[in-house]
Amino acid sequence: MQLCVSIEKAGYDQSATISDIHFNLQEGQLLAVIGPNGSGKTTLIRAISQVLPNIKGQLHINGTDLFQTNENSRARLMAVVPQSTYVPPSFLVREVVLMGRTPYMNWTGKASREDKNFVREVMLQTDVEKFEDQQCGELSAGERQRVILARALAQNTPVLLMDEPTSHLDLRYQIEFLELSKSLSQNEGKTVLVAMHDLNLAARFGDMFLAMKNGSTDSFGSAQDVLLPEKLSKIYSLPVRVVKLQDGSSTVVIPK
Amino acid sequence: MRNLARPLLLCFAALVIAVFLSIGVGSVEIPLREAVDVIWNTLRGTAPSSDMARTYQTILLTLRLPRTLLMVMTGAALAGSGCAYQGLFRNPLADPYLIGAASGAGLGAIISLTLGWPASPFSYLIVPMSAFLCALLTVFLVFQLAKVRKALPATNLILAGVAVSSFATALTSFLLINASGELRRALIWLLGGSTMTGWKPVLGQLPFALIGLLGLLAFAYQLNVLQFGDEQAFQLGINVKRARTRIIIFATLSTAAAVAFTGVIGFVGLIVPHMFRRITGGDMRRLLPLSMVGGAVFLMAADIIARVLVAPQELPVGIITSLCGAPFFLFILRRSKEEDW
Repeated sequence: MQLCVSIEKAGYDQSATISDIHFNLQEGQLLAVIGPNGSGKTTLIRAISQVLPNIKGQLHINGTDLFQTNENSRARLMAVVPQSTYVPPSFLVREVVLMGRTPYMNWTGKASREDKNFVREVMLQTDVEKFEDQQCGELSAGERQRVILARALAQNTPVLLMDEPTSHLDLRYQIEFLELSKSLSQNEGKTVLVAMHDLNLAARFGDMFLAMKNGSTDSFGSAQDVLLPEKLSKIYSLPVRVVKLQDGSSTVVIPK
Repeated sequence: MRNLARPLLLCFAALVIAVFLSIGVGSVEIPLREAVDVIWNTLRGTAPSSDMARTYQTILLTLRLPRTLLMVMTGAALAGSGCAYQGLFRNPLADPYLIGAASGAGLGAIISLTLGWPASPFSYLIVPMSAFLCALLTVFLVFQLAKVRKALPATNLILAGVAVSSFATALTSFLLINASGELRRALIWLLGGSTMTGWKPVLGQLPFALIGLLGLLAFAYQLNVLQFGDEQAFQLGINVKRARTRIIIFATLSTAAAVAFTGVIGFVGLIVPHMFRRITGGDMRRLLPLSMVGGAVFLMAADIIARVLVAPQELPVGIITSLCGAPFFLFILRRSKEEDW
């Protein structure tokens, strides 16, 4: 088990925003977290990445207890692509991507040749190297999102968490972004957890699905277990149909 | 890392020019040649050749040179700490003066002066230490007041800074009005007129400024990562609380070093880092050293103007920096609506 999540409750203060979420993910799996607004998708990601002040439960990556590790080792196990990303405008793109190597550098931030080579590869992979010399203030929202993905990949972690990473992207980049995430999980064995609004994209890229409602697990499993019309209708309080396209290539969720 | 060598070299060249201007200009003009001769002779230990040279030597060694060095260190300390505060609070308007650190340090210094500590043999340690502690308290207070949950809105920071520093200034004024004689000189000192002369303040300031500035330079990379906000820094493997505490301590120590020996000089820490960020970008490993040297040049230029403008009298240098700084502040305030930090 690469990522084991067992959250009894977690929240911003003593009251629980999310509770009773337990699941395990294997190496190379992409989990799509779905659910209506306010169902706790973002809170779940913030709980797993431990930025929430109050978390009760267990989190393990490759057998390492995340509550027992220091910042540095945690940043080598888990990288996060947040929902809306603030990037100081006066930094260059490649400087930002290189910061992904922070957990491998000493406190003066001196990059080794290895760090630089790794970052170069990651920038090619994410298609960021075209504008590596630009200042972040000049980037479009989509470009900035890819820079943050590149920085997360530079951390070279077995687990990658993404919170609606495609919300600022146009259709083409949504697909490209998720295809890249998919290939990272399939080819590099990363465990990827993505919170998504778009059920069609989720159906297309997810290996596993976690449907959330009212801050808790509604259902967890493969597409056959979760992407069912009666379940989705209940979760979103809206009658929907789930249609498989005739060529079998994708599943589409349509409101009735 | 973009190239640091060339801009730093240019700044150092400007610094050398400013130093020579600064030791030459004043109520008695000392030509460059004579100045160099005097310094050279003193270093070799030979006696001055004429009465004129002896006068020059006295002026240079007891007045101009220590004052110049004091200004160099103060400018570097103010600009360095301003640069660090701006990065830390992610706010282009943060500066030791505006966030109240300088007024806090002023209050601390005046408290120790009122209690008569300068008479003790450790005065050059106690005054800056007391300034440092008071400044730390002020920064903490402003930070707590301005914080809205986890964010630190620019307007809140400035308002809290103004409020807390007004309070500190009021306390300072109260202490000054009840004081007499020697302490009244402190009023001029508070306006940023360096009334301390000789080498003692230079030697007193040196360790504090040095520790503060070197500490900031050492943690420049952590400050880079902190500029992305607490959450991102945490996710990149930085111990946010520890890194932030360190940087606040070193920045405030620099501010206190400056204020304890030259009074409250505003806006140096605002203008200089802001200008350099436009040129060199946000990497603190470039921005901090450049701001420090640039701050030294800027403050020396202001000091020269302060001595020349109403010669043979001289203005407190804080008046000059505020005259340049306040309009600049308004200019940034207008701009910062458009571009986020």
